[in-house]
Amino acid sequence: MSLKVALFGITREIVGTSVIELPAPAPATVGELLAEMRRQYPALGDLRSCAVAVNNEYAGNDQPLHTVDEIALIPPVAGG
Amino acid sequence: MTPHLSITDQPIDIAAALAAVQTDTAGAVNSFVGTVRNQSGGRPVRRLHYESYDSMALTQLGHVVAQAYEKWPMLQEVAVVHRKGTLELGDVAVVVAVATPHRAESFAACQFIIDTLKQVVTIWKREEYEDGTEWVAAHP
Repeated sequence: MSLKVALFGITREIVGTSVIELPAPAPATVGELLAEMRRQYPALGDLRSCAVAVNNEYAGNDQPLHTVDEIALIPPVAGG
Repeated sequence: MTPHLSITDQPIDIAAALAAVQTDTAGAVNSFVGTVRNQSGGRPVRRLHYESYDSMALTQLGHVVAQAYEKWPMLQEVAVVHRKGTLELGDVAVVVAVATPHRAESFAACQFIIDTLKQVVTIWKREEYEDGTEWVAAHP
């Protein structure tokens, strides 16, 4: 069971792909996912913020992750 | 009163956005138009690239507009159109249009929507300069 994480903007450039697959044992929560991503890609830690979205909603660190979820890393937004 | 929300890679039709919110019951139509300017922090900008996570951007935009309806119950119609892709200087990046019976709420709701959009909607801006590019607001 692996988790797929979509990447946008500067996080896509840092990771080098628009979707990354995290194999089992996959992170169980948003907080674990962020820690694992920052471990693999230390440049993510230099960003002003890095949020996680689950099914199009911003998610807190305690939120559990499931393989069916649509998961994305959200670097600082700058629309408008 | 379903809001007109869209993200497009085509040039934005400002008149169409204004027309979408006009209604006989609202005497005040207020709009904000964001365009691409030629400098950022004193650095000349050649063009901009907007990248969007469309499904989440529309979900979050819907939340922003729902908050506006809660704050200003008299708010009647709302349209938000955001461009993505490559934009040249002077191109329209975003249009927010609102219609209310009276003008004070119209100004306030329009400003709330554009300000909140910039905080939560998943659209990213990369500025292109003479000597490189940079993702806006990415770093402290």
